[in-house]
Amino acid sequence: MSLIEIDNLSIRYGANTVLHHVRLKVEPGEIVTIVGPNGSGKTSLLKAIIGATAPATGQVRLRPGLRIGYVPQRLHIDATFPITVERFMSLTGRVSRSDCAAALEAAGVPDLLKRQMSQLSGGQFQRVLLARALINRPEVLLLDEATQGLDQPGSAGFYRQIEAVRRDTGCAVLMISHELHVVMSASDRVICLNGHVCCEGTPDVVASAPEYRALFGTGTGGALALYRHDHDHDHDHSHGHEAAE
Amino acid sequence: MLDDFMTRASLAGIGVALAAAPLGCFVVWRRMAYFGDATAHAAILGVALSLALQLSIFVGAIVVALIMALTVTALAGRGYAMDTLLGVLAHSALAFGLVAVSFLSGIRIDLMAYLFGDILAVSRSDLLVIWGGATLVVALIAWRWSPLLTATLNEELAYASGIDPRREQLILTVALAITVAVAIKVVGVLLIAAMLIIPAAAARSLARTPEAMALIAAVIGTISAVAGLRAAYFLDTPAGPSIVCVAAVLFAALSAVNWRNRAGT
Repeated sequence: MSLIEIDNLSIRYGANTVLHHVRLKVEPGEIVTIVGPNGSGKTSLLKAIIGATAPATGQVRLRPGLRIGYVPQRLHIDATFPITVERFMSLTGRVSRSDCAAALEAAGVPDLLKRQMSQLSGGQFQRVLLARALINRPEVLLLDEATQGLDQPGSAGFYRQIEAVRRDTGCAVLMISHELHVVMSASDRVICLNGHVCCEGTPDVVASAPEYRALFGTGTGGALALYRHDHDHDHDHSHGHEAAE
Repeated sequence: MLDDFMTRASLAGIGVALAAAPLGCFVVWRRMAYFGDATAHAAILGVALSLALQLSIFVGAIVVALIMALTVTALAGRGYAMDTLLGVLAHSALAFGLVAVSFLSGIRIDLMAYLFGDILAVSRSDLLVIWGGATLVVALIAWRWSPLLTATLNEELAYASGIDPRREQLILTVALAITVAVAIKVVGVLLIAAMLIIPAAAARSLARTPEAMALIAAVIGTISAVAGLRAAYFLDTPAGPSIVCVAAVLFAALSAVNWRNRAGT
């Protein structure tokens, strides 16, 4: 079966339904990106997958024994909490020093073992979170806006790292992002969410879908084109430049 | 050896310091200081009830502290800010407790003994309860150490690792209630939070890992208990507050050294 199968999932907080009848599958080795405006239920969807939110209807099925690597949206480590990168890596289970070093290497931050988590830069911090998620050799990586707080080159580098991880380990990736242009160029499949699944498909299909354009405008489509260099210019050129700036 | 009241008092102080150290670290990390304070204040109502019902004060204190902590946890997130909720419940429980004690005619109660502790009057059976409770708290936290750390860092990370953060919160709540109950005799309800927070906060500047912080907090708490008792003996000062004073001086000294080191680098 698929790694993750979501069928008819609805999520309610009180009287407020944030997700309606969502269907979604994640197959081994694919990179799936969920995009959508604020309040579209992206984070709730991810929370339902890790079991932090109970579905109101439908169900979330994970392949039995599925190893999940989770990279949270923002992890604030209080200044009163002393923890080295090495200790953080073994937080949810004992790991050998070589596994720890290998995971940090795969995440692009090989030399941080002895550093305090609270002293890392934003980019280093996110990569350590990625390394921690990689350490139990996950079959699927879940990333919730993992590049929040990084600048554009920083997040572009982060997503290149994700692609490299997928290439090297063959794990599937399900991620949420608001950085449409960067993220979509790295995805096999994009799902546009706004309380329900508006449209889905390859990045090109989604970028030109009317539902997507209604949500994000044509500017982001231009930005996507700029990054992908495949020039699907059926709109005014100036939009692309605005979005890219 | 246990015939000496100073020996018994020292052992009681050390027992409380050992339980308070790892729990205190979580109180500091999770910013639960006021929560600890509130649970402790509520315990005075438990003391009053157990005196009226002629139960052990440990039993009364632990039950009321637990009810208080569970009520706050259940009500939090239902429209009231946590500190408002704690302020209402804790001080109401303290006030009702003080009023209830005044109704207990026939029993001459030294209220000060429960507000500030009466460590010099610790009996052998008190020692047994204190060390039993402390062992239970340390064992509980040691058993759940990694899940507790994960849940403290990030709830979603905990869920994704198959940990239920609500369960871990419950374990801390239970440990807190036990610690409050065993510490009443030693430092009294008004200073329990100090024993939780001050050693842990003092240990922060010396620690590089959470484990080290808990161990150093235990050492600082133990030094405070022993030195505070000595000071109380020689200076004829109240024992519980003296222990807290030593912990506070250690905190100030360690913080000052830390600031100087940072300024130097």
